[in-house]
Amino acid sequence: MKKAIQNALKHRFLLKELVIKGIRLKYRRSYLGILWSLIEPLMTTAVLVVVFGTLLGKGDGSFPVYIIAARLMYSFFSGATKNAAKSVRKNAQMVKKVYVPKYLYPTSSVIFYFIIYIISLLALVAVMVFSRVAPTLYIWQIIPALILIFFITLGVSMILSVLMVFFRDVEYLWNVCTMMIMYMCAIFYPVEKIMESKWAFTLKLNPVYCAIDIFRGGVLGYMAESWDYMYAGVFAAAAMVIGIIFFKSKQDDFVMHL
Amino acid sequence: MSNEKKKEMIKVNHVSMQFNLSSDGTDNLKEYFIKFITGKKIDRKEFWALTDVDFTLYKGERLGLLGLNGAGKSTLLKIIAGVYKPTQGKVVRKGVIAPLLELGAGFEKEYTARENVYLYGAVLGYSREFLEEKFDDIIEFAGLWEFVDVPIKNYSSGMKSRLGFSICTAVEPEVLILDEVLSVGDRKFRKKSEGRVQNLIAKGCTVLFVSHNLEQVERICDKAMILDHGKMIAYGDVDEVAPVYKEMTE
Repeated sequence: MKKAIQNALKHRFLLKELVIKGIRLKYRRSYLGILWSLIEPLMTTAVLVVVFGTLLGKGDGSFPVYIIAARLMYSFFSGATKNAAKSVRKNAQMVKKVYVPKYLYPTSSVIFYFIIYIISLLALVAVMVFSRVAPTLYIWQIIPALILIFFITLGVSMILSVLMVFFRDVEYLWNVCTMMIMYMCAIFYPVEKIMESKWAFTLKLNPVYCAIDIFRGGVLGYMAESWDYMYAGVFAAAAMVIGIIFFKSKQDDFVMHL
Repeated sequence: MSNEKKKEMIKVNHVSMQFNLSSDGTDNLKEYFIKFITGKKIDRKEFWALTDVDFTLYKGERLGLLGLNGAGKSTLLKIIAGVYKPTQGKVVRKGVIAPLLELGAGFEKEYTARENVYLYGAVLGYSREFLEEKFDDIIEFAGLWEFVDVPIKNYSSGMKSRLGFSICTAVEPEVLILDEVLSVGDRKFRKKSEGRVQNLIAKGCTVLFVSHNLEQVERICDKAMILDHGKMIAYGDVDEVAPVYKEMTE
């Protein structure tokens, strides 16, 4: 453990360079650059509000906040896991030729997406102002929500990046999975009805939904259920432990399969 | 002096390396699954790239690795550099190692030379301050001031190798691993890079060198090893080993 921390400190600069590389390359050729991380969620939220607000007859003024809070978190999860899953394979040339601690590939992908996510939260602030949703005392809940989603994403990413080295089609399979997770996140429909039905478990057993609910509690001013905290916490810890053990046990074989 | 000379820099301890040359190359779930239910065995062709290689390199020694194509030279260098983990045995390394395996393997082609110096430098384990301090030297040596802010993808392969060599040798390494890299760039740069290597040697740098150019090996190295089909068949002073190799290849 002590050695692992020492190692991580030693490679801090490399990790930083890899994170910066992700951000720089993502926005290099675009005119508005990093502003896109604000514009894009605002635009899609507008679409979702119009479509589902009308469809479901949700007249509630806080509906845009309800949507964007969840959408931002979900797109962090799906974007980061998809990108991190490919990270080892994408850097095959480097893995085969220079020694770099391999966990840096998925980790830097996740951190890079997390930074973009944090910046994009400004869009949430804008929507809150627009919808006149004032922060309450429950706002502290966004901190644990962010920590939980970060580690859930990192753990899942580690596992996926290993699987991707051995089985290429995990990429397509995971695309389907993230779509399913999206519908299990209650991003653009109200949860009450589902929670009363026999399908409640699809939300309750989805760690991403649990983190979203905690986050929503923070911005919309209610206390999230303790189940959300417990389940997301246990899931994050388990994903990290399994991810690290799995990654460690397989990382020496990567070079043979790339 | 004799005391310092005895300092072990690299100890290769009974290293063997096995590759699985699976003839079918299953890399997706579908095929794997079909093979699993049809009970067709996944073919595993095993191949030993290295068998029981064992030697110790002391400080200041320059070892030339000789052998035909496919003898396992590059595999051995990659094991020493830490890219491969040996199937059996162990490698102990000391000091700062500069692996010049394939120059520019860590480059990002969308990045400019300036950005790549920091990225590749970080890959090699240098600190930001160190790179800032050495930045001018690196570009100067590579002779790339004119193109320092041009993305690498527009570079010729010679320019990329020059930059790679320049970054790798910016640090004063204690162990230098060279895989045919002294044949990069034009004649002028080749001379310049060999000069730099000679300079490092003069300062007591330990060198591991792979080349098919026997003359170059004789010029740079004091020790030599012949690998044949993954086995070490000769190890000793370069004057003794070089004639054996010459005979082998003729």
